[in-house]
Amino acid sequence: MTLLDMKPGQRSRITGWSTPEPPSRLLEFGLLPGTEVEIVRYAPLGDPIDLKVRGYHLSIRKSEAGHVLVEKL
Amino acid sequence: MENPAADSRPGSAANRRVALIGNPNVGKTTVFNILTGMRQKVGNYPGVTVEKKVGRLAGKDAIDIIDLPGSYSLSPKSLDERIAYDVLMGHVEGEDAPDLAVCVVDASNLERNLYLVTQVIDVGLPVIVALNMTDAAEEAGLQIDVPGLQEALGVPVIPMVASQNEGLGKLKYQMRKEELPPRATRQWSIMPVVDVVLPELMEALEGKVEKKGRFIEALQCLTNDTMLESWENRAPVFHAHVLETREMLEEQKAPFRQAEIMGRYGWLSPLVARVTTRKIDPSQRTLSDKIDAVLTHRIAGPLLFGLLLLLIFEAVFSWAEPAMDLIELGVVNLGSGVRTVFPEGLVTDLVVDGMITGVGNVAVFLPQILLLFFFLGLMEDTGYMARSAFIMDRLMSRVGLSGGSVVPLLSSFACAIPGIMAARTLANPRDRLITILVAPLMSCSARLPVYTLFIAAFLPTGTILGLFSFQGVAMFSMYLLGTVMAFVAAFVLRRIVFKGESSFFAMELPPYRMPRFRQIFWRMIDRSKAFVVRAGKIIFGMSIILWILARFPVSDADPGLAAQRADADQRAESSRVEMVASGMSEEDALSAVETEMADEYYTLDAAEAGYQIEHSFIGMLGHGLEPIMRPLGFDWKISAGIVSAFAAREVIISALATIYSVGDVDEDSPLLRDKLKADTYEDGSPVYTPLVAVSLLVFFVLALQCMSTLAIARRETNTWKWPAVMWLYMTGLAYLFSLVIYQGGMALGWG
Repeated sequence: MTLLDMKPGQRSRITGWSTPEPPSRLLEFGLLPGTEVEIVRYAPLGDPIDLKVRGYHLSIRKSEAGHVLVEKL
Repeated sequence: MENPAADSRPGSAANRRVALIGNPNVGKTTVFNILTGMRQKVGNYPGVTVEKKVGRLAGKDAIDIIDLPGSYSLSPKSLDERIAYDVLMGHVEGEDAPDLAVCVVDASNLERNLYLVTQVIDVGLPVIVALNMTDAAEEAGLQIDVPGLQEALGVPVIPMVASQNEGLGKLKYQMRKEELPPRATRQWSIMPVVDVVLPELMEALEGKVEKKGRFIEALQCLTNDTMLESWENRAPVFHAHVLETREMLEEQKAPFRQAEIMGRYGWLSPLVARVTTRKIDPSQRTLSDKIDAVLTHRIAGPLLFGLLLLLIFEAVFSWAEPAMDLIELGVVNLGSGVRTVFPEGLVTDLVVDGMITGVGNVAVFLPQILLLFFFLGLMEDTGYMARSAFIMDRLMSRVGLSGGSVVPLLSSFACAIPGIMAARTLANPRDRLITILVAPLMSCSARLPVYTLFIAAFLPTGTILGLFSFQGVAMFSMYLLGTVMAFVAAFVLRRIVFKGESSFFAMELPPYRMPRFRQIFWRMIDRSKAFVVRAGKIIFGMSIILWILARFPVSDADPGLAAQRADADQRAESSRVEMVASGMSEEDALSAVETEMADEYYTLDAAEAGYQIEHSFIGMLGHGLEPIMRPLGFDWKISAGIVSAFAAREVIISALATIYSVGDVDEDSPLLRDKLKADTYEDGSPVYTPLVAVSLLVFFVLALQCMSTLAIARRETNTWKWPAVMWLYMTGLAYLFSLVIYQGGMALGWG
């Protein structure tokens, strides 16, 4: 399951990345295995996504979110 | 500084240098402004576009504060972050490492902010943490155990609310204290496979990097390609060693590139959990979340953003106008004032037409810049800027830009100068550069008079489908053409010029805040100052050069015109003598003659000015360019007009008015319109046909006819390379389009 399978309001925990080299900026922003993420909403045109992670809001595009593997909480 | 005695600088904190660092949006600039007041200097780091801000702490101990660019991490992803890292490490040429680093941290977002703090600690400098926005943390129900945090990190932590000026006294005290806080030691641990290889790499840096900085330098080079590249020539042994180590780690399938991030967060997450207590359930919606539900709503969000843009557009377009008119009026009055005081002549002309006009050319942009930066400041300060990028990102990503480019590009409809300056709000340097390069294609307000004149003079009146006037549609088409070309250019630049550079989008959506007008005011002043000082110099210089080109070489008057003038002078004199003889006073006679002859002298002056410009350098340039411009349908007069329009696009109108000897008129003047329509080539065919007008209009839509834009692009990119690229590709586009239109039109028999 990736982050894109989650609905707004649903919470999940990151289990890993489906690419061997995830963008390190996203890791530095705290999107690491074990981190809880909530999809808050999609942008009006469907992309990007507003995520809540480690107590703050982070916006990333679907193309990256599709690589984030998660488990539902 | 290996010697601990050198660290304490016995006696005082005099000449201490303090670096201020922090994530974006943590109030770092507020802290900097409060600490340094007006004692700030803005410059550039050598060779790069990053702005260098240094200020001095009030008091006699001469403590300099360096405001580093907002950074999420010291593993550089952008030029800004690279500079921050280099300054802290003492890698900037001609500058020692600072004596102390103050990390500004957002208390309501502790975990991600402390990530940077752990990196700064590893650089090996004494560190003070300025725990800012404790009020926001409290509002969010977060309680932070400050002594606990201080102990865990091993560095002083000072809670503060910079926007209310709370807690800064303690920070100042700490910065001034004779004894610097002791350097903290690294407490987080890195995965063992990486831990065992680091000491060897650090050894290879001996003699290149001070001992205390070797750990972080080795770690950064191991995980970051751009960091490693910089050592390729300076330390080939180290460089090769790192590559070998990487290969070895890859064979072991060790995720070494993530080792640092996982290590730091692995230590930080439990630490933050230990020192913070949540009094409110984190899933509860905050006020900021509720505002977001409206402002980024599927329908209301874009609608409200559209309204805001309309307001900004209206402000920059129309509210600025009275002030701009006032400045122009002031410049004209100042000029004529100078003319009444000083004798007629070259020096007076230089002062009035060259220098005063030059100053006016700079000052006239200020109202628009101030207004636009007021709105941009408001958007940034409240946190709405990030939302506007969030809303627009999808559209802009199709041409390879991101949502942040919307505001700079739309501002460029008013004027590319503030638009290009607004591109500073873009975090991604490539997006920023592309935005700067395409911004001048948006039809700015200076093109409007050109459009007005040529559309009114040469395009047929009448309507399409009885609804839209021809001329209105033509006007709209000009705006549309510019906008479409801007997107095409962005797309091409992204796909071809900046191909292959990895692109991803990650943006923080900071909580909404009440705007702090003092901050906004500061930034408006800051930006205007930057414009006047940096771009202003170039604009002023070019204004004078253009004046020289139009004024020299001084030609002898045309014999025909000279004869006419002599004749007029004689008639004036004789009629004055006649009036005096018939009993009129000297004064009355003089003014009566002046009135009587006014029209004739006006025509004569205008004709002489026309003659002068034809024989000036600009006239020569026009003649010289004619062979190149003829295929577009332009004669030497239009070509000369285009050259003078380099001062500012609307100048083509006054230039044509001078060339056509109609004196000082504006774009609505029927006189100029009729003159243009009546002009013919030697064979009797008209110079201006509707086809020529369309060709010229398209040329003006696409060509970069504006020295001020080049000046500001030079200032913002810190090199002449990008302004040159900009001028070449836009002029090339303009030429190509006009050529196709004119030649195609001729072939179809529309000439």
